[in-house]
Amino acid sequence: MPISFEPSEGSLVAQAHYRKVALEQMRPISRRYDVEEHALPREWVDYWWKEGRWGAKGAPASNDGFITVCLQAEQLCWGDAGLYLRMPTPALGGSAVGAAGTKEQQAKFMAGFRALEGQPIWGAMAITEPQAGSDAAAIETTAEYDPATEEWILNGTKIFCTAGEGASTVPGGFVVVWATLDKSAGRAAIKSFVVPAGTKGMELIGCEKKLGIRASDTATLRFENCRVPKDNLLGRAEVKKQDPTRTGDKGFMGAMATYDASRPIVAAMATGVGRASLEFLIEELARQGIQIRYDAPPRERTAIEKDVVEMEADLQAARLLTWRAAWMMNKGKPNNLEASMAKAKAGLAVTKITQKAVQILGPIGYSKKLLVEKWMRDAKINDIYEGTQQINQLIVARRILDYSSAVLR
Amino acid sequence: MIDFEPSEEQALIIETVHQFAENEVRPRSRETDESGKPPPALLSAAHELGLVANGLPEADGGGGARSALAGALIAEELGWGDMSLAFAILSPSLVGFPVADHGTAELRKQILPGLLGPDFVPGALAIVEPRFDFDVYHPHTTAKRDGDGWILDGRKCLVPWLEGGRHVVVFAAENDALAAFALPRDAKGLVATPEQNLGLCGLPTVELVLESVRAPAAARLDASDADLRRLIERGRIAIAATAVGTARAAFEVARDYAKQRETFGQPIATRQAIAFKLADMAIEIDGARLLVWEAASAIDRGDDAARLVRLAQDQTARVGLAVADSAVQIFGGHGYIRDYLPEMHLRNLAGLGSFEGLALV
Repeated sequence: MPISFEPSEGSLVAQAHYRKVALEQMRPISRRYDVEEHALPREWVDYWWKEGRWGAKGAPASNDGFITVCLQAEQLCWGDAGLYLRMPTPALGGSAVGAAGTKEQQAKFMAGFRALEGQPIWGAMAITEPQAGSDAAAIETTAEYDPATEEWILNGTKIFCTAGEGASTVPGGFVVVWATLDKSAGRAAIKSFVVPAGTKGMELIGCEKKLGIRASDTATLRFENCRVPKDNLLGRAEVKKQDPTRTGDKGFMGAMATYDASRPIVAAMATGVGRASLEFLIEELARQGIQIRYDAPPRERTAIEKDVVEMEADLQAARLLTWRAAWMMNKGKPNNLEASMAKAKAGLAVTKITQKAVQILGPIGYSKKLLVEKWMRDAKINDIYEGTQQINQLIVARRILDYSSAVLR
Repeated sequence: MIDFEPSEEQALIIETVHQFAENEVRPRSRETDESGKPPPALLSAAHELGLVANGLPEADGGGGARSALAGALIAEELGWGDMSLAFAILSPSLVGFPVADHGTAELRKQILPGLLGPDFVPGALAIVEPRFDFDVYHPHTTAKRDGDGWILDGRKCLVPWLEGGRHVVVFAAENDALAAFALPRDAKGLVATPEQNLGLCGLPTVELVLESVRAPAAARLDASDADLRRLIERGRIAIAATAVGTARAAFEVARDYAKQRETFGQPIATRQAIAFKLADMAIEIDGARLLVWEAASAIDRGDDAARLVRLAQDQTARVGLAVADSAVQIFGGHGYIRDYLPEMHLRNLAGLGSFEGLALV
C-alpha cells in the first residue's frame, strides 16, 4: 500500500455513526451535566451500555484498526468530552490489563465488560498521588505481600482517577492501582494491581470540582489495608535492581507502554473538542455573512480569516500526527515518539483553538448560552493529562536526541 | 485505508533522491549560495536521474508517472540537500508540466523533446510580480488580443533564469481570467535583469519586464482560469515540500550542534530550554509534512485540493521560518556566522510567503 489519507469504507461508516450518536445522544445533555457536576448521566450511560458499545451495527469491516478507534474518540468528544470519559468502559484500566496482564487475567477482569447483560460498569487506572504526578516513579502507595493469605495489601492515597467513582463502587468494575513493593528500589519496584470494585479497604473519598470535563468523575481513592488476591498483580512480583527495560518484565515499563496506546486516543479526543469549537465558529461566522476565503491574497485576508486558517491547519496537523501514531500501533511499530508528538501537538493546538474561538466570538463566545466557553474549559485538560505538554516534549526530546532519562531530566 | 508507509516505488524515490542530495547537492550548497552559480555538472547529474522527465507524458517520451505526492517526496529530499539547488534541479518542471498539460501540439513538439534530451535544459515560470499587494490569481501583467496573437505587458520577479534555458511560461490576466503563454527567452520586448534577494542566492533569478511582447496564437496554453489555478496549487505543494526538507535540514544541524556544544560542562541539548525547542521543531516539521502529503494525495485523486493546499502552504511557511529561526538561535553567535548553515536556511525559508512557481509537481 502506498501513502494514503483515505479512511476505509468501514471507518467512514463508523465515523458517520458516531457523529450521529454525538449529535443525538450527547449534545442535547452536554450543558446539563456540565452544570450538574457530579450527577450520573443515567440516560447516556444506559444508552452506551445497551447500544453504543456495540458500535456501528452492520458496518463493513475496517482495516484502519486503531485509527478507527481514534475516529470514534474524535467524534464522541466532538459530542462531549466529559460524557465520553463517563462511558461505561474498562478505559485505561482495560488498557493496563491488556498490556501487562496474562490471558487468564484478561479473561477474568474483562468478563463483565464483554458480557451482554447486567448493569453498566467501569474500569479505571489510579497512578497519580498528591505529591507525584508526572514523576510516576515517585509514588508512595505501598503493596506488601502476606504469605499467610497469599494476598497483596495496599496502602496509600490516589487522586485524579478518571472514572474512579464508578470503577471503585459499582460491582463488576475494577481499578488498576500502581504501588511500590520497595520504595528504595525505584521504578523497578513499581507494580500494578487490579482492585475489584467494592473491595474492602478501597474507599471513595470524593470527586474533584474541575474547570471542565465536569461530567467525568475524577476521584480520590484511599487504600487502607486493602487486600487483593495474589493473582491480581499484573506482571511479575520480582524486583530487579537493574534497568527494567532489559528484564522483560511488563511491570513499570508495561504500564508506561500503555501510554503509547492511550496518548493517540487522548490526541484524538482533543481533536474532537477542538473541531467542535472550530466548526461552530466557522458556521457562526457564515451566519453573520462571513465566509472564510482560502484563495484571498495575503494582503486582503482579514484577521479572522488568518486566525481561522491557522486554526484549521493546526487542527489538521494534530489529526494527521494522531493517525500516524495509531497507524504505527496497527503495524506493531514502536510509536513512543510519535504518540508523544501527537499528544503534544493536539493538546496545545486545541487549547489555543478553543481559546481563540472564545475571543473571536466575543461576548457570544463567553456566554454560557452556547457551548463555546465549555469547549475551551474541556479542551485544556488535553494538554495536562496522560502526560503534560512538557512531559511529552521531554519524551520527544529524549527520542530525537537519543538521550536517556538520566541525561535529559 | 489510511497508510503512512511509502510504497516500494515511493521508498525507492526517497532513497535515490536522498543519496543524491547527500552526496552531490550538500557538498556544493554553501559555495553555490556564495557564488550564485549552480554547478553545471551537478545539474547534468541530476538530469540523469530523470526526476522531471519521469513525470512527463509517455506520448511525449516521458515516463508517464506524474504524481504530486511523488513530486513532494522528491522535492523534500532535494530541499533537505539545498533549497536553491532543489529549485534549480526542478526548474525544467516549470516549463515541462504546463506545456505537457495544456500546450498546443506545436508547442509540445517545440519544447518537450529538449527537456527530454540528454542535456539539462532549465525552465522558467513567471508568476510573481514585484509589488506588496501581489495577487497570484489577478496579476497586473496583461495579455491583450492582437490579430491572431496576443500582446503581453507587465513586470515579473523571482523568475528562475538558469544558463541554457530556452523558454519561459508567463502568467498574465486576459480580461479578468488567468492565461499563460510559453515564450522563447529571446522574445522581442522581454528584458531580464538579474536580481538579488535575501535568500535563494544559489538560484539565479531575474526580474522580467514585458514590453509589448508579442505572443503568437500557438504560444498560449489551452488552459482555463481553473486549470491554471490547479497548476498554481501544484507549485505550492512543490515549494512547501521543498521547505519541509530545508526545515528538516535546519532541525538536524541544530540537533547535532546542540549535542556537541557545551555550556557549564554539559551539552546544551541536555538543557530543557534547548531540548524542548528541538522537540517542538521536530513535531511541527512532521505535522507540516503530513499536511503536504495529504494535499498532494488530494491532487493525485483529482479532488478539489484548494483548502488543503492553503493549509499546507500556510503551515509550512510558518513552521519553516520558525524552525530556521530556532536553528540560528540554538547555534547562538555561530548561527549568525556564514561558516555554519543555519543563517542560510533562515534566509531561504523567510521567503516562503512570497514564493510561487519555483517548482511544479
